[in-house]
Amino acid sequence: MNSAVQEGATQMVPSILELNDVRVRFPVSNDWLGRPRGYAHALNGIDLQVRAGETLGIVGESGCGKSTLAQLLMGLIPPSSGDLNWAGHGASESSNVQIVFQDPQSSLDPRLPIWRIITEPLYARGKVNQAHMREVAARVAAQVGIRPEYLDRFPHQFSGGQRQRIAIARALSSDPDIIVLDEPTSALDISVQAQILNLLAELQRARNLTYILISHNVSVVRHMADRVAVMYLGQIVELGNAAQVLDQPRHPYTRLLLDAVPRLGVAMHGEQVAAPTELPGNRQLPTGCFFRERCSLSTAGCEKPQVLQGSEQQRARCHLQS
Amino acid sequence: MNTSSPVLAIDNLSLEFPAYKNNVKALNGVSLHVNPGEIVGVVGESGSGKSVTAMLSMRLLPERSYRITAGSLNMLGRDMLATPEKELLKIRGRDAAMIFQEPMTALNPTRRIGRQMLDVIMHHQKISAAQARLKAIALLRDMHIASPEHVLESYPFELSGGMRQRVMIALAFSCEPQLLIADEPTTALDVTVQRQVLLLLREKARQRGTAILLITHDMALVSQFCDRVYVMYTGAVVEEGRTVDVMHSPQHPYTRGLLSGLPEMVEPGQPLLTIPGQVPNLASLPEGCTFQERCAYAMSTCAKRPPLIAINEDRKSACWLPVQELSS
Repeated sequence: MNSAVQEGATQMVPSILELNDVRVRFPVSNDWLGRPRGYAHALNGIDLQVRAGETLGIVGESGCGKSTLAQLLMGLIPPSSGDLNWAGHGASESSNVQIVFQDPQSSLDPRLPIWRIITEPLYARGKVNQAHMREVAARVAAQVGIRPEYLDRFPHQFSGGQRQRIAIARALSSDPDIIVLDEPTSALDISVQAQILNLLAELQRARNLTYILISHNVSVVRHMADRVAVMYLGQIVELGNAAQVLDQPRHPYTRLLLDAVPRLGVAMHGEQVAAPTELPGNRQLPTGCFFRERCSLSTAGCEKPQVLQGSEQQRARCHLQS
Repeated sequence: MNTSSPVLAIDNLSLEFPAYKNNVKALNGVSLHVNPGEIVGVVGESGSGKSVTAMLSMRLLPERSYRITAGSLNMLGRDMLATPEKELLKIRGRDAAMIFQEPMTALNPTRRIGRQMLDVIMHHQKISAAQARLKAIALLRDMHIASPEHVLESYPFELSGGMRQRVMIALAFSCEPQLLIADEPTTALDVTVQRQVLLLLREKARQRGTAILLITHDMALVSQFCDRVYVMYTGAVVEEGRTVDVMHSPQHPYTRGLLSGLPEMVEPGQPLLTIPGQVPNLASLPEGCTFQERCAYAMSTCAKRPPLIAINEDRKSACWLPVQELSS
């Protein structure tokens, strides 16, 4: 939706964040000397650029590493190897990233009035006087459609949609470089979802925000995102322009995923009922292409590790791409 | 469509939950029926009463926490509202089964799958443990589970979400019920797993002639899976009809609003159409049509509550507007 990130102009937009071969692994169970017995490999080599003012959609199923990626961007966990480069900052220095969680019921502190919730990021960053905080809260609340009279109310006095607006206001209050939207509408009803998505799009236009939209709802990602990354077992298997990736997927996994999405008025066809739907475990990473076991097209060459290949518009981690 | 008597017939059912000062009117004249072997969907947003309808059909709401103010509920020709608890224990699981959203909470975490399946099978059928075990294996195999013996020996936490839901479906079919109520059965699952679970559910239901009542908020899912659909709003059905008809030419302004609010309905990046306002409070519902405050077509007649008006043989809409005017 951002005119700056239209085709052709893609290369011109500076990236504000670059991930180079980022890996994250978590130790699982220790032996008697406290040495880890094994690792859960959550992210296995992520190369990604985030450009100013764009919406980058991230889709994938549970266990693919979406949430680990979100935590990594937030600075909550460090990469095990590889690095994050913020434009304008050093390699190690973190930046201001805010997040909007899935469930506004549990992500807002029930004991704080909403003006305190909204200005929590400012409060956490250092001493700010109360009058200034209230001022900021009133301004941001107005932008997300919460009336200033309501600033002294508590979260339980608001509906689910309004609470999500408050969560968005909180993310906005410290003028972040990137806002991570982690399933922002999946706890909401359809009619409220439409309102929240419109609000997010409006705010982005008005304030030139950068979004990373994590969702399993492909139609929401298709609607919001300029670019999209499809993840499988901690890797990006397809990356590119949202329209191209989601309308003409090249990677077999993207195709499988998109085929499974229910569509209005399209009958469900019943082939491959017994096909395995589970991701391989991430303790022992598979060799070669990670998707090989589930792939209906796997042939010779798939036993070698795959790399993202293709144009800037659309790259897929598959040597067979059509 | 089907001339034999419906397996589930709910007629003008109203229910309220007593609360301080104002009672919460959760159901306000729900009428729906499910014919044998039919797959029927109920869609609506939170607070529309779809789950209360499902729970009440099985009489699973806590006794004395609710009050029926009008209407009737018949399952398999039996008046469910007058059936004593002792009878209900026999009906649940045998004549009608239910699948819930989160299989982890529906299964007992401290006991192996095999033990739980055997309990259910032996409770309703007079067979030996060995026979029950064979039956459980056959049921799991029908769900395309590769190693049923291994699953029987597992605890629920050892299985993935999709596998657990398949176990739940196998369990639901164990006594060959005539009606299966599925309340958001795939909401907790990934899309590829969701499709697999739904396909298995449909395959099994078609084989056995089981009727399914699917409760969901996902319009696209209903459009793929159900023969007929009911759209609920504030505890009442506002539109019913064959799924294809309702999805292609929604009649009630609320159904239209719901469908046009989906991201698929506009070009990417264009603003989505929204329904203004919010769902009214169930403790103080407005007089007349409960949707009028949010409706673009509201008029003076809306002060009177519209009944479900038949548009044609199997299509009804609770709106005073004539059909032609809406479609223009």
